Amino acid sequence: MFAYISRRIVYVIPIVISVALVCFLLVHITPGDPLVAVLPADASQELAAQLRAAYGFDRPLPVQFGLWLLRALHGDLGNSIATGRPVLAEVMRAVGNTVTLAIVAAIIGFTMGILLGLIAGYFRETWIDKVATSFAIAGVSVPHYWLGMVLVIIFSVQLNWLPAVGAGPNGSNSWAWDWAHLKYLVLPAITTSVIPMGIVTRTVRALTGDILSQDFVEALRAKGLHETGVFRHVIKNAAPTALAVMGLQLGYMLGGSILIETVFSWPGSGFLLNSAIFQRDLPLLQGTILILALFFVFLNLLVDIAQAAIDPRIKRG
Amino acid sequence: MSELPLSATADAALQAAPATRARGYWATVGRRIARDKVSMACALVLLLIFLSAILAPWLGLEDPYKGSMIRRLRHIGTVGYPLGTDELGRDMLARLIYGGRLSLVIGILPVILAFCIGTSLGLVAGYVGGKLNTAIMRTIDVFYAFPSVLLAIAISGALGAGIVNSIVSLTVVFVPQITRVAESVTTGVRNMDFVEAARASGAGPFTIMRVHILGNVLGSIFVYATSLISVSMILAAGLSFLGLGTKPPEPEWGLMLNTLRTAIYVNPWVAALPGAMIFAVSICFNLLSDGLRSAMDIRN
Repeated sequence: MFAYISRRIVYVIPIVISVALVCFLLVHITPGDPLVAVLPADASQELAAQLRAAYGFDRPLPVQFGLWLLRALHGDLGNSIATGRPVLAEVMRAVGNTVTLAIVAAIIGFTMGILLGLIAGYFRETWIDKVATSFAIAGVSVPHYWLGMVLVIIFSVQLNWLPAVGAGPNGSNSWAWDWAHLKYLVLPAITTSVIPMGIVTRTVRALTGDILSQDFVEALRAKGLHETGVFRHVIKNAAPTALAVMGLQLGYMLGGSILIETVFSWPGSGFLLNSAIFQRDLPLLQGTILILALFFVFLNLLVDIAQAAIDPRIKRG
Repeated sequence: MSELPLSATADAALQAAPATRARGYWATVGRRIARDKVSMACALVLLLIFLSAILAPWLGLEDPYKGSMIRRLRHIGTVGYPLGTDELGRDMLARLIYGGRLSLVIGILPVILAFCIGTSLGLVAGYVGGKLNTAIMRTIDVFYAFPSVLLAIAISGALGAGIVNSIVSLTVVFVPQITRVAESVTTGVRNMDFVEAARASGAGPFTIMRVHILGNVLGSIFVYATSLISVSMILAAGLSFLGLGTKPPEPEWGLMLNTLRTAIYVNPWVAALPGAMIFAVSICFNLLSDGLRSAMDIRN
């Protein structure tokens, strides 16, 4: 088990370096000069050359990557072109809001998904199963940004119960756990939770169905075990796979929040990414993507380790 | 063809036997899916949407580009404008139907491209194995380190707005996923006896991959690819919704949703219409893909 974990950790290193390489290259696949955003339109050739040297753009790409990586390792992702502030600080401030949203959405989506999935799997091929499965299919097929709009139309425009955009009263950007702020979280969190709800439902339903059709369940029932006891076995057997799926979904919620954050003007990393794209703020774009991707890589690592820890069948030595 | 497999003659023998007239695999799949009501209903809805998009210019619709300041944001059910008008006074019905043209292309084309590229990569990686497999699959792993929405937005954001860029970025998102599936099914088939037999009778690697392996793995990869269309439709429209795909005044569902966002206080249900189209197409493809999957799972 320790061999497995350490191997898994070592395997992360090349992944992290390649992720950094992809983020680094992003700036270089952009059409035109990476200087375009900083350089005034009427800049002279000398100024352009000076700036190019100052930013290090005149060196060969591998050298640039090495230097960039070295600075990134020290937490220096450069400064945002739009605000002039350090990228890392900007991203970290925004990521906090995204994490809040993702975790609340995960609690809603995973709870619903597990419950619906267990019920659907247990009552397979009955009308209960059909209802739960329809929910799941709708959840994975709905364009979530549109669902967000529809929820705003119903609960903000028509009923006027909940605020439509923002993350707190008076455009406040700092999160607090009180009702004044929570009101702003309800709609984005429900919107975010729909896809994981659908996927977890489908996973848990399939797992439950598979486990219930295995011989050992028959044996447990034949020995006279009560249905709640059978259920405990189902949960224990389904947990590792379900956990892996949920971990992945949490990662998708953190990294894929841009559409929902745009709909609700939620001041998180996705919103930051959106403004970085449209202001052509390449260092900010690069830094945000790097940090979100690293989050995802480490979350996957944690999930793998947790899975190995709770599943005695995993002895990938 | 010198590499005619032994199994082919065996199949011919089976088919010749009158009592057990073996039906082809795909014919069986077709019959099974034709009996599935949900799949057929979805296929019908999709057929209607596709046909109306293709035939849009001949349906006698209003001009989807022509607006009018005096008839902006009419409600659903207005005389002459059954689905209302948008923020520039353009007929919503016409825009929704014309919008299908671009929306369907930018949603489905990335999956088709990724299907071709991913299948080739996966087939080569799975059949050749060894160092080439490691090289291809480890490169693919890097893309798995990004959540797919983030990857699509990162590439689109770096390349800049535009239809081509949006198709490119979504193709890059789906290639790794299809490659992984293709590689794993190919690895499962490559050591089977009929491949060995073909190799023994002198078939080259290209012929084996094309004739013997592709036919056996294409079905699984195809089903997997159809399940991606729903995601691709949502993401493609999402990129346009963010302003990274189609540019105004083109009618496209994601972009329409974006420009109508400001209208939700005036005429909310008209504003929500383009999203309903994305939802309809996406859920139909999902259900159809599920139906296809269970129809192809013949052993079950």
